[in-house]
Formats: sequence, structure tokens, C-alpha cells
Amino acid sequence: MKSKVIKYGDNISTDLIIAGKYTKTLNKQDLAIHAMEDLDSAFHEKSAERKIIAAGVYFGCGSSREQAPVALKMSGVECILAKDFSRIFYRNAINLGLCVAECNTDLIDDGDEIEYTVGESLVHNITQNVEIPVGSMPDVMKNILAAGGVIAYMKNQSKEA
Amino acid sequence: MSGMTIAEKILSAHSDKKVYAGDITYCTIDKMMAHDANGPMAIQAFQDMGGTKVCNSAQIFFIMDHVYPAPYERAANIHSFLRSFASEQGIKFYEGGEGVCHQLMIEKGHVNAGELVLGTDSHTCTYGAVGAFSTGVGATDMGVAFYTGKNWFKVPQTIKVNINGTLPFGCSSKDVILTVIGKIGASGANYKSVEFYGEYLDNCCFADRMTIANMIVEMGGKCGYVCSKDIEIKADFDAEYCQEVNVDLSEIVPCVAKPHMVDNYAPVSEVEGTKVHEVFLGSCTNGRIEDLRIAANMLSKHHIADGIRMIVTPASRNIMIQAAQEGIVETLLRAGAVFFTQGCGVCVGSHGGVPADGEVVITTANRNFKGRMGNNKSFIYLASPQTVVASAIAGCITDPIKYLKELDQ
Repeated sequence: MKSKVIKYGDNISTDLIIAGKYTKTLNKQDLAIHAMEDLDSAFHEKSAERKIIAAGVYFGCGSSREQAPVALKMSGVECILAKDFSRIFYRNAINLGLCVAECNTDLIDDGDEIEYTVGESLVHNITQNVEIPVGSMPDVMKNILAAGGVIAYMKNQSKEA
Repeated sequence: MSGMTIAEKILSAHSDKKVYAGDITYCTIDKMMAHDANGPMAIQAFQDMGGTKVCNSAQIFFIMDHVYPAPYERAANIHSFLRSFASEQGIKFYEGGEGVCHQLMIEKGHVNAGELVLGTDSHTCTYGAVGAFSTGVGATDMGVAFYTGKNWFKVPQTIKVNINGTLPFGCSSKDVILTVIGKIGASGANYKSVEFYGEYLDNCCFADRMTIANMIVEMGGKCGYVCSKDIEIKADFDAEYCQEVNVDLSEIVPCVAKPHMVDNYAPVSEVEGTKVHEVFLGSCTNGRIEDLRIAANMLSKHHIADGIRMIVTPASRNIMIQAAQEGIVETLLRAGAVFFTQGCGVCVGSHGGVPADGEVVITTANRNFKGRMGNNKSFIYLASPQTVVASAIAGCITDPIKYLKELDQ
């Protein structure tokens, strides 16, 4: 994918991504409305055009609420780059087919144009003309992402079996 | 190969091979717990995979705790959805008010040493107090487990925390774990397991062990074990640890985590006098009878300060009943506190104690992220029951020692 970046800082918690008061719903579209509300009031304006988030350390820390990656995905986010992720958020995102990759995001500024393909070992910052190495990911996670999420992955597996 | 950590032992026992840190393996799950915040999405994922009948309903527990009694129709509909699914599948269903999921899973004897447990809540790591490999997962991972009875795991590395010495007067297990998190950092145990050792853990009560295990996720931990003399699973003597951390209890003082990160450690002395508006005693971290007894003792001769709101949420119905029988409920009510339904509402900002803009809250809960309690313009300090109650009496963040000394006399 190729898109401009929305840049955020360190320790973006799941409470900031979607507050607990908004998670109790069966309608996933409800979640998008309140995504990043406590962090950035201009998020929706930005995510209408930019599909990649770049953040610092420990993105998605805190609650196990899967509503956090769902809210981002439903807002149009296709990929999150961070120095590292909180364990549960990382798995949740992959299970939903939302691309996550660990890399040195100091080399990415807000608004930079980025190109990245799921599973590849380099992120290309087109604006700054640098290639940024991506942290390795277990094969099972790569396969789930490539399938578009764990539900599709499980369906494919049961077809093969 | 070297010996095994507890995490390696439990995952090996649930896999078809011996596994060590870094390995990836499929494991059979013993118990699955889902609550009202994330259970519905887990069912949707299960159904999207093609699931019609859960793998083994006797291994699954639904607990309504995050938003009960329902404050609006969306929450009511979620409860209704979970009730019908549980009834149609034969899943054990705990109605709202029975308590916080982690308290109930242990109190009702659903978790045993050596078991592999998944919960749709990050504080599922609490069952490390009884020696289970228990970890929080998202809804889709839970859906996979409902469907197949299995899931895949990356075997975590383990940090060994040695707790040495004797805990000073006025300090509690909450001060111990806040100090450990301050040392290791909020992400210092990310993807890892933690094993706690030390004589202190043999001598402290089970409630204290649960408080410590509960907050393992606040340093990023996947799971962890409070290795007291009572734990029924042990690591091998030659197990490999990725890091060793030593804590000298004699250096522990009453402390807080300042806004807005759990590792933003400060001794109470550094923030003493900070004006407080709301006080919360409860949660899966510190809502047990031992915590309520401390509060009742401290408040037996005091009223909370003018301008302070104090909310108390026992961690389960049984604890509430016991508190009523012991006269604790009356003491706390007379001192000016209010009780809120046994559950998570106040801690997670669903309902039942949302602070106003600019207000300061001191709480016995486990998380102080911006917006956590439902208002991103408020400031949350985490502390022990002793410090929280002392602050309620004084009206500002206060060292509990002077009030505790009164009781000693």
C-alpha cells in the first residue's frame, strides 16, 4: 500500500484509541465514530486521506479490547507502523488482517508518503527517500495477515484439511 | 536442554511437544472466560468462522461485569445476546453483580495450577496467583478457542523477580507491585512471563498474591506466577531466565503511580498534599475483604473529608455479603462512602464514578491511562488501599502511616 502517514507519539493506549465507555456495542461502525477521540480531534479528517499510522513505542498498551484495532480499521486505517506494540493489540490487529509492522519510526514524519507491502522486510519512506528495516514476524502471523485475518485463515485451513 | 520455566512447562503439557521460549506451538485450552465487554465480538468471530456449537461448553464461562446494571440500551442488548447464547450452548453464565470476572474465576474454583486459561480481559494474568498459565486475548482469538478448543502461542521468555526482606509497616502488596513496575517499566515485560520469588510471598495472604499477579500485565507481561510455598507448580532449578530483578522490601515506601502511566512511580512523599476529588476502593486489584477491612479500620473513627467522593466496589457478591456481616458496609457508609455494584464499571470508565474535568482521582485499581475512568481531562493516581483511604480522610494524597499508627495504639 502507498499512503501518507498520520504520526503519533509513544504509549498510545487502547483507552485512547477507543474509550471504554464506547466499546459496548454490537455495531462495529459505532466504534469508528469515537476512534482516537481523546487523542486527536482531527483524526477522522486525517484518516479520510491517510491510511497509515506511524507511532513510537508500545502502541496499543493496556486493555485487551479488540474494539481498538476494529475502530482503527473501520476508520480506514490499513497499516500501523510502530517501534513496538503491546502484545495483545499486536495479535488482535493481525487476527483482523490489519497490517502491523515494527520499525524505526523516528525516520518517519507526519504527512510523509510511505509504501509498504505486508510481509516485506523494508518500509519505503518515499518523501525522505529512505528504506527502513522491519522487525521479523513469526510465519504463522505472516500467514494470518496474508489471508486477511484469522477467520479467513481458519476457513482456508479447513478447506485444505 | 536446560530446565523449564513454569510457562514452558504448562505450554509443553498442552502441546504435542516440549517447547521453550521463542518456540511457536498449538495448545489445547483448559478454560475460557469471556465478559460482557468483549464476549459479543468473540461470539461474532466464532460464528463468522462457521461455528455453530462451541468445542466444550463446560470449559467456558461468561461473566457480566464491565457494564452492569446496564446504563443504556446497547449494554442491555449485549447482556441479552450473551444470556441467550450461553443458554443455547449450555455455557456457565454469571449474571451481573456476582463480581469481577477474575475474582469469580478463582473464588468459584474454576482455575487450577498448571492449567492453560484464556480470558477476554488483559488482567486474566491474575490466575498466576494459583499457578495457571492465564493470559488476556482479544475477541477473535477467543472465537478461535470457542470453535477449536485450541490456539497458537509463542512461548514467552521469563523474568525472575526476587523479593527479599520484610515489608515495612504501612506498606502493602500494592506498594510492592507498583515499585516493581516502576523498576521494570510499563513495557519491560512485554511478550514475557514473570516469576516472583521470596519469603514475603509465603507469608502474605492470598489476596496479596492476587494483587501482585493482577498487575503483571501493567508491565506488559503475558502471564506470571507468584511462586509462594503454596503454588502447586514449580520451575526447574536450572530454568533459563532472560532477566533477573531484585527488590529489597526494606526500601519500599507507600507509593503511587502518577498520571497517566502505570510506571510513573513516585513515593507518596513526593506528591503528598495533592488535592483529591474522588477516591475509589475496589476492582480486581484491591476489592477483596482484606482491603475492605483495612478501610473500615481506618474509617472507624474518621469521616471522609469535605468535598471528597468515595466509591467502594467489592470484587464479588460473596465479599459484599461478608463485608455486610462484619459491619464493614455500615462503617464505610457512615464514613461517607457509597457502594457501587460488584463489577468493573468504575475502574474501566463504563459508569459509576466518572470524574469531572480537571479532577484528581486516587484509586486502588490497576490502570491510570488518560481517559481510563471515562474522562480524558481527569488525573488518576494508583495506590494501596491504605494510601487511598488516608487520602479520603485527609482530602489530599497522604501517607497512611499516621492513621495506621492510631489503630496500633
